[in-house]
Amino acid sequence: MFGDLAVLFFSCVLINNILLIQYLGNCPFLGTSKKMETATGMAMAVVFVLVLAGIITWLVELYVLVPFNLKYLRTIAFILVIAALVQFVEMFLKKSIPVLYTGLGIYLPLITTNCAVLGVCLINIQEDYNFFQMLISSFAYPVGFGLALVLFAGVRERILLARTPKPFQDTAIGLVTAGMLSLTFFAFKGWV
Amino acid sequence: MAKTLVQEFTKGLWAEIPPFRLVLGLCPTLAITNTLENAYGMGVAVTFVLAFSNILISALRKIIPSKVRIVAFIVVIATFVIVVELVMQAYTYALFLKLGIFIPLIVVNCIPMGRAEAFASKNSIVRSALDGLGRGLGYTIALSVLATFRQVIATGAITIYETPITLFGPAFEPFRFLVEAPGAFICLGLMLGLMNILGKK
Repeated sequence: MFGDLAVLFFSCVLINNILLIQYLGNCPFLGTSKKMETATGMAMAVVFVLVLAGIITWLVELYVLVPFNLKYLRTIAFILVIAALVQFVEMFLKKSIPVLYTGLGIYLPLITTNCAVLGVCLINIQEDYNFFQMLISSFAYPVGFGLALVLFAGVRERILLARTPKPFQDTAIGLVTAGMLSLTFFAFKGWV
Repeated sequence: MAKTLVQEFTKGLWAEIPPFRLVLGLCPTLAITNTLENAYGMGVAVTFVLAFSNILISALRKIIPSKVRIVAFIVVIATFVIVVELVMQAYTYALFLKLGIFIPLIVVNCIPMGRAEAFASKNSIVRSALDGLGRGLGYTIALSVLATFRQVIATGAITIYETPITLFGPAFEPFRFLVEAPGAFICLGLMLGLMNILGKK
């Protein structure tokens, strides 16, 4: 049982890395990776929200959508839950933990439209995870997201100093670099 | 400066074509451009959602209070995404399975959301509809071009409808790298660079 969960954890972080292998959450990946500071802020905000969102959407699926036979409304239900959750977390942090709010504040609203969040919630349901597996996956995927984001931000800060051909500046060279990074994560395939 | 209706439609095809000029909606661009069929399937789905959500949001633009507009947009977009999901499940089940999680994820694709916020909530119904159609079509074309390139080089075949058609003789060495994840990133990066060279202003 414990071994299986450990395997699940590493496969979510490295082998099926949400950003570089499953291609989810690429807009914030390119948007917030120009500076290390914004990258770490975004990474932490995603971990924080996804664990909560994973638990809540899993419960919504189990106790609301399935018993009332409303599975076809899953998309709309999940996105509303996530939007409401993000709003709630923002208000809660502002009121009770202002230190954390100043750190995560501006990234929180962006998370509603981060497809990694909705994506992981949907994966949890599709893969038929039980509660513990869901907990691990909702934690491990955003950790993988953060890892890739921080690594990429580090590389990108160096690229800014390098001389790149004009048409490739900024996003284009960013994507090519992401491809190289993706190649390194690709090497984990077949590890477990 | 007011644009004519034709311009409203054509700007999405070249001048502001997503995802090259407007770097939005990257996740499906990377994920499902491994075969041509997936690419235009996704393109058509996005076009449908974009056009109808634009029309509805534009029609409701005077009613939606600006404070809750984002949530209202999400609900409208999600509704059309569910319609697409159910229609595809009924009529094109094989494609539905291949696109998988990326169909519900149209909800959080930045293109419909971005157009709703930047255009449909400020313009008339006809203009919004044309804007949605134009950009959807542009997106479909962009995805198809990328997918054709990737699939032909990586497998030596092209999928127009269901079964792949082999293009080259037995001497062709497939370059599998391009249909895998790293290939997707590098390909899109090169494509963006190419677009920048072609469209120098």
